[in-house]
Amino acid sequence: MEFLHSILVKPFADMIGAPDFLLQVLWEGLVSGVLYALIALGFVLIYKSSRIFNFAQGIMVVFAALSLVGLHEKGVPAWLAVPLTLVIMLGLAIAIERVVLRPLVNQPDIILFMATIGITLFLIGFGELIFGGENKVMITEQLGIPTGSFAFEPFGGFVSIEQKDLTAVIGAVLLVAGLLLFLNKSSMGRAIRALGDDHQAALSVGISLSMIWVVVWFIAGVIALATGIVWGARADVSFALEVIAYKALPVLMLGGLESVLGAIVGGLAIGLLEKLFEIYWGQPLLGGNTETWFAFVFALVILLFRPQGLFGEKIIERV
Amino acid sequence: MSATQPLATAAAEGAILSVNNIEVIYDHVILVLKGVSLDVPKGKITALLGANGAGKTTTLKAISNLLHAERGDVTKGNILFEGDEVQDLSPNELVKRGCIQVMEGRHCFGHLSVEDNLLTGAFTRRDGSAAVRRDLEMVYEYFPRLKVRRSSQAGYTSGGEQQMTAIGRALMSRPKMILLDEPSMGLAPQLVEEIFEIVRKLNEDQGVSFLLAEQNTNIALRYAKYGYIMENGRIVLDGDAAELRENEDVKEFYLGVGGEGRRSFKDVKHYKRRKRWL
Repeated sequence: MEFLHSILVKPFADMIGAPDFLLQVLWEGLVSGVLYALIALGFVLIYKSSRIFNFAQGIMVVFAALSLVGLHEKGVPAWLAVPLTLVIMLGLAIAIERVVLRPLVNQPDIILFMATIGITLFLIGFGELIFGGENKVMITEQLGIPTGSFAFEPFGGFVSIEQKDLTAVIGAVLLVAGLLLFLNKSSMGRAIRALGDDHQAALSVGISLSMIWVVVWFIAGVIALATGIVWGARADVSFALEVIAYKALPVLMLGGLESVLGAIVGGLAIGLLEKLFEIYWGQPLLGGNTETWFAFVFALVILLFRPQGLFGEKIIERV
Repeated sequence: MSATQPLATAAAEGAILSVNNIEVIYDHVILVLKGVSLDVPKGKITALLGANGAGKTTTLKAISNLLHAERGDVTKGNILFEGDEVQDLSPNELVKRGCIQVMEGRHCFGHLSVEDNLLTGAFTRRDGSAAVRRDLEMVYEYFPRLKVRRSSQAGYTSGGEQQMTAIGRALMSRPKMILLDEPSMGLAPQLVEEIFEIVRKLNEDQGVSFLLAEQNTNIALRYAKYGYIMENGRIVLDGDAAELRENEDVKEFYLGVGGEGRRSFKDVKHYKRRKRWL
């Protein structure tokens, strides 16, 4: 009875009892959720257009962040370092298309997956060669990201919002909105969606695979840079950053690998839920640190009931 | 041999496409086309006929270069589109030049709306959105039914509507030539007639040349000007559509008229088609 009370009643009583604290928790969940959604989008775009599960997404985050910081260390001003890093990511996309994807076209999915592991290992080595292995500090201030925090007092309590996080959320939302606009309104976006639907037909109407691949990998690079900046501002820029990409895996399981909307909703849901679980269930009952595994367990449970993920594309089949 | 003989009428000047003695091998081992030659006259409808597995689809895919995506390769011979060798071009470049394939089984983009499907056909065009819009309206004029269903997901439209979408999508690339694979597949006879009428109209109004692979010999020969008949990866017979319709063997094998128990062109000695050597 005691136990049931502590998992079914007490957490909710706590939430209602301290709404300001709940708000704080939700906000922090939202911040990580937006980032998960962003990374998951990178996976979804590449998967939709080429059936490749891009294992290298994580290292691309590190590589982008390192390039940015590295360029700045070499004396490039911050406002110039960002576009230059984008150029580097474009170069990377072109190189990957030429050297890895094009020769492997029409190979089984697993071979392409292995190839992305190859890309990962290469980028780790190459990155260390150029930028060195030691941790770096993200150039947060130089980029003009505010570092203070807002505090306000709803329900007679106290909530503090870091400006850094607010910037991250606004930036991510703009990026996602821009992506959605691009996918749904531009002719290139339409071609990407078409390619996801029927590869052969896309080829037959003259959609150029190589062009789309470069575009999609470049978008993944842009997302990697955005994630790298935001995450780098919270911790150091190091190769350990790679791990955050794997936080996108449960998001993908939840949202389905092919759904843009799923990635967004899944990312937000995981971000919010893992934070809530950690604060109201994990810390008092399980000794905390549940954030590392909660998302995976949650995704597994969902998969038991909906194997295609919550928002996996409905398979349209006429009989 | 007979290399100096004048070729059949269709092979005369003004062929927009000529396929010269091509051989296609899948997966490095499976020989599918064993020396196919054919010509498609400019501005005409040409039919490529034959039973299942004769090699019609492979021939079309060899031309449009979609073979590569199925691990097929043209290992011998060449393909000329408007006089240029095109067998090494990507499908994308070929579409830019004006040769596009409408694949067997329609292959619409199921999750895209009908209108988005049509617009993907304009991917290779660089002449501005106003021109694309104009052509979209033109496609809607040919296929009024598509206009009604423009915002429904293509995957939920009927087979006939999907075939129309697929043809309309090809039209959006402003093609000079359309390779149309099995447009009658799985459609009601009345609808088949409707589709062929539109093909004829497109051919007459827009001057689009068609190479039409069909199992439905009867209807294909009614709309086509010239016909080739394939069997077992070879072309066994060709001629004016009108002649082919009257040909005793064609009647027997493909139109289901007459018949004394012969089953295949292989048993008919005198139809060893003249081979064209390069």
